[in-house]
Amino acid sequence: MEYLTLIISCILVNNILLAKFLGNCPFLGTSKKMETAVGMGMAVIFVMVVAGVITWLIWHKVLVPLDLGYLRTIAFILIIASLVQFVEMFLKKSIPTLYAGLGIFLPLITTNCAVLGATVFNVDDDLSFLMATVASFAYAVGFGLALVLFAGLRERIMLARVPKPLQDTSIGLITAGVMALAFAGFSGMV
Amino acid sequence: MAKTITQEFTKGLWKEIPPFRLVLGLCPVLGVTTTMENGFGMGLATTFVLVCSNVLVSMLRNIIPSKVRIACFIVVIATFVCLVELLMQAYAYQLFITLGVFIPLIVVNCIVLGRAEAFASKNKVIPSLADGLGIGIGFTLSLSALGAVREILGTGHVSIPFGPLVTLLDTSWYPAFEFMVKAPGAFVGLGLMLCLMNLVPQK
Repeated sequence: MEYLTLIISCILVNNILLAKFLGNCPFLGTSKKMETAVGMGMAVIFVMVVAGVITWLIWHKVLVPLDLGYLRTIAFILIIASLVQFVEMFLKKSIPTLYAGLGIFLPLITTNCAVLGATVFNVDDDLSFLMATVASFAYAVGFGLALVLFAGLRERIMLARVPKPLQDTSIGLITAGVMALAFAGFSGMV
Repeated sequence: MAKTITQEFTKGLWKEIPPFRLVLGLCPVLGVTTTMENGFGMGLATTFVLVCSNVLVSMLRNIIPSKVRIACFIVVIATFVCLVELLMQAYAYQLFITLGVFIPLIVVNCIVLGRAEAFASKNKVIPSLADGLGIGIGFTLSLSALGAVREILGTGHVSIPFGPLVTLLDTSWYPAFEFMVKAPGAFVGLGLMLCLMNLVPQK
């Protein structure tokens, strides 16, 4: 039950894109086409879960015992950057089909603040190992869900006649605002 | 032809003002602009990191091997972000708590990395300093402006940085648009401001 609440809270109520405002650059950048949105969503789910697990271990087994808490930001970003690089090489070598699918999105994830943000939230909320893993997964699913829904809306907007100054990013942001309003409706759930 | 230092500085204030002309680093823009004061504080913290990392990257530009340059830039930026985190905990604790997760997230602010990659790694120290300062001040101005608009519409008053709380709208006879200070208002507010910027003709 505890886990169910956590999952619902991370996916819908505290949606990392629409309620916490993290990862907006890829949100606006990769949402023009459905395929890229799905690819980005998958890549984020994959990296965020692995990053969540590793940063949790580093934080609780290395940084806290050695009293190096102030190095958190620098340690976490290095872990994420090297992890992304490693995942990229690993996929290229052993699972080429998946690499072809995720390929171009993987390097982008290093500067996706949703990944760093989720790992920081896990540490700040002082979650247990299993809880942190589940939360990372749920945050990533929330990210993917919002991204895919938004891409669907944006494909429709392309066909509409939007006034010139509002075109592209501007109307995209306003659409995201309406989506955030819809997601705000979940806030009473948990 | 090499541009003058003044041009490098002023381009960040209007021609390439982030996040309107340079649509990068949207997360802090959306996340912290619930009041003008928060937007201003975030802008200052980002400016500090931007200027320092630009200068250091520019100094090291001939030493950093181009294959691992992104990783090197991230280490440089992360170092300064750690510094800001510690400084703010010591001297501006209240602001540090309000801005929360967005302070460590300056590391992944695309503007900072973008300037390091696009400008500082190719130019001398003084132009890089001017560039960082210009973009940083432009970013601070945009954040403060968006913060002010959201705060005035959402609550009726505006908190001027280092100044008093000024009441501009009398919210006693109508309910304030609370929507503007909540999450959806951030997206809509920024979208409308982008639209206004697009109305101004670009040279």
